Amino acid sequence: MAQALRMQSITKKYYGTTVLKDVSLEVDQGEIHALVGENGAGKSTLMNVLFGMPVIHQTGGYEGEVYIGGQQVDILTPADAMALGIGMVHQEFMLIPGFTVTENIKLNREKSRPSLLSRFFGKSLEILDMEDMARDSRAALDKLGVGIEEWLPVAGLPVGYMQFVEIAREIDKENVRLLVFDEPTAVLTESEAELFLAAIKKLAQSGMAILFISHRLDEVVAVADRITVLRDGEVVGRLSREEAHLDRIAELMVGRRIERPSLPPRAKEPSDDDIILDIRDLMVDMPGERLNGLNLAIRRGEIIGLGGLAGHGKVAVANGIMGLHPAAGEVLKDGQPLPLNDPAEVLRQGLAFVSEDRRGTGLLLGDSIEHNIVFTSLQAQDRFLKEGFLPGSMLKLQDSAQIRKHALQMIKELDIRCRGPEQPVRTLSGGNQQKVCLARALTLSPEILFASEPTRGIDVGAKSLVLDLLVEFNRRMNMTVVITSSELAELRQICDRIAIIYQGRLVGILEPDAPDVEYGLMMAGGKRAGVS
Amino acid sequence: MKQRLEKLVERFGIPRLIIMAFVLALFILGSLTGLSTAQLLSASLVRFGMNGVLVLAMVPTITCGVGLNFGLPVGVLCGLVGALISMQLELKGFVGFISAILFSLPLAAIFGWLYGWLLNRVRGQEMMVGTYVGFSSVAFMCIFWLLAPFDNPELIWAIGGQGLRYTLTLDNHFGKVLNEFLLLKIGDLEIPFGLVGAFLLLCLLSQLFLRTKVGLAMQAAGDNPRFARAAGIDVPRMRSLGAMLSTILGAVGIIIYAQSYGFLQLYMAPLMMAFPAVAAILIGGASLARATVGHVILGTFLFQTLLTIALPVTSHIIGGDISEVARLIVSNGMILYALTRAGGGR
Repeated sequence: MAQALRMQSITKKYYGTTVLKDVSLEVDQGEIHALVGENGAGKSTLMNVLFGMPVIHQTGGYEGEVYIGGQQVDILTPADAMALGIGMVHQEFMLIPGFTVTENIKLNREKSRPSLLSRFFGKSLEILDMEDMARDSRAALDKLGVGIEEWLPVAGLPVGYMQFVEIAREIDKENVRLLVFDEPTAVLTESEAELFLAAIKKLAQSGMAILFISHRLDEVVAVADRITVLRDGEVVGRLSREEAHLDRIAELMVGRRIERPSLPPRAKEPSDDDIILDIRDLMVDMPGERLNGLNLAIRRGEIIGLGGLAGHGKVAVANGIMGLHPAAGEVLKDGQPLPLNDPAEVLRQGLAFVSEDRRGTGLLLGDSIEHNIVFTSLQAQDRFLKEGFLPGSMLKLQDSAQIRKHALQMIKELDIRCRGPEQPVRTLSGGNQQKVCLARALTLSPEILFASEPTRGIDVGAKSLVLDLLVEFNRRMNMTVVITSSELAELRQICDRIAIIYQGRLVGILEPDAPDVEYGLMMAGGKRAGVS
Repeated sequence: MKQRLEKLVERFGIPRLIIMAFVLALFILGSLTGLSTAQLLSASLVRFGMNGVLVLAMVPTITCGVGLNFGLPVGVLCGLVGALISMQLELKGFVGFISAILFSLPLAAIFGWLYGWLLNRVRGQEMMVGTYVGFSSVAFMCIFWLLAPFDNPELIWAIGGQGLRYTLTLDNHFGKVLNEFLLLKIGDLEIPFGLVGAFLLLCLLSQLFLRTKVGLAMQAAGDNPRFARAAGIDVPRMRSLGAMLSTILGAVGIIIYAQSYGFLQLYMAPLMMAFPAVAAILIGGASLARATVGHVILGTFLFQTLLTIALPVTSHIIGGDISEVARLIVSNGMILYALTRAGGGR
């Protein structure tokens, strides 16, 4: 079969960090080719290269060659990619709700016929040929094998159908030879996903080349003709349909030998006899990270990791319990119910949170280091205050001397690199900003610390420092630490147990030294026998 | 050296430098044309003291994240009602002045809170909605002035005896009490220590308030609502509180303004009250998201001095009065400038 796409030895660096290393990929006409990998494995970067996204060329371009239909091409802009017949189906729907299915499919490629006005004022005043457009749309939808009426407005269609409209728009473009799907089934229900998979199979049979990016390994195994596995920017496996087994792919995806440093021992190992936080049927309405009924018991004094792929709800756990997003369900701390949706009370009960959204939720960027460190404690615990000119705890004045003393101590203890406690946190590096966040959490002297993505966006050296600090808090102060991270490797370095969350629910809890296969499978939603 | 100078200019802000230069030029021009600099300065100080509190009223709303309080007339109206009650009861001098403030406080607190409640419902549109709240409440109060049960003959129309007059003189009540309190005269120069002192005292109290627990919470709510929520702060409550404090300061502000002016102006007079105050604080260097008491003091001084000396100087030179035109250009231009630049000076 004719080759549709060949990407040869693609290497891409961002500011000296290699994110793609010698990646090669081939897709034939009529083939469904799956590209799998963890978050951050380089899938999106590879697709950005293919589409000539500005982010690639603004950061120095890439090395390697791209061939479309056997011809070497230079794709410098998304318009080039489109002209070469590459279509992309977006993860988020880019549809106009008030328009009909036809109008959405034909958006900006409308068919029209001349009118009186257009004779004088040019093509933009021609009359739309709705019948012709509807015919085209019908044909595109039929090609997918779905029975959506082309005259329906998009608003009110089920989510799955919107996905089909999006695809129909791509295949309606006459020259499209290669379609890229980025996590197309992430938002679909199971039956919608099935319909969708049938549709892309049908498309492939008609000769279209399909590049399919997915986390759902069972789907990949079901439809893909060939599978390329990426890990840390490198191709770690190329499997044909015959070789592809769930276990094998999962292992390749996660696989790395974890060196687990010997962590300091504890006087008493945490156990199920002493539960500090019992989460029952927790539902959190966090956009893009919905949690649909999580049950999890957290042991006193442990470091527990929350893992799982992006969008499956792992970060919603901390945000929900801390009251930052609407939550329902039951959370018991030491057997007593913890009020939900009440951040002040949760803080008073000895819980603290280091947000994954460091610059948005985590810091007052324009304010000084010292204020950032003491702020939450001052507000929630009435510390760092002195009597003011009027009675009443709300009118107590800040105690600048005490604040300064505490800030200096924290700066020293956590090794925050700065010019002084008055420096605005905006001007600190990511790693030092994160240390300020940790210092604030530490100032609360919490019993339970939630750290969401504590190492996101900070450099390698600072990463290990932050992880070391979390271990130190845990061992020295017997603080229970709940870490949410997209980087499984770091969870496996310091956690006692790792809970994997998939589609808003707990799939299972793994030991840090459990085999890679188990991790890979659980993150893809598979439950295995024999998992604790 | 050059770099340091540039930095200094940047910190201070080019608009402020231009206005300062302009004010200075007017002073020089004034003295050249034979006007008494001392008199000009005295008049400026009076204007500074009488308008300051109205400008200070902008600080709480900007701090809590609501932005500039274009709904200042709400506070002004509460102040007017307080002053009228005091006048109706024939309270004179300082007693009348203080009681006017005391009568207006509960009203301002209630209506300020309601105003804040409304602003919480229209997040992102606060300034637009505030402008119309101000306008419509002024219009509504026009009916109130006609129907209100005041019967002191000094207050109501002489003929017909129904409804309050347009302009009420305060001579027999609390007119000029603060202006003449601790007035220091050195030759031509008159320094109204009482008036300016009262304003500065309120500034000091505001500054202290911003360093209390609730003041800090309010600043965080304005700076970064998500951060504030994560620290257990009830952000909508802080915004309501900010609107309430601003309304209270607006009420106090108009009473101080009126005693200095010597008249109480009803009906449509409060309609545009917010704009000079907004312009003043912006000239002082505040932005939509950040305002300090320092901005208030500097801004009020620059803006009011500009207006005060522009009138005599220009009429002396040109022979006509362009001060009203200049005032409108400067104040509205300044507001426009600040609205197009979200960042603002520091």
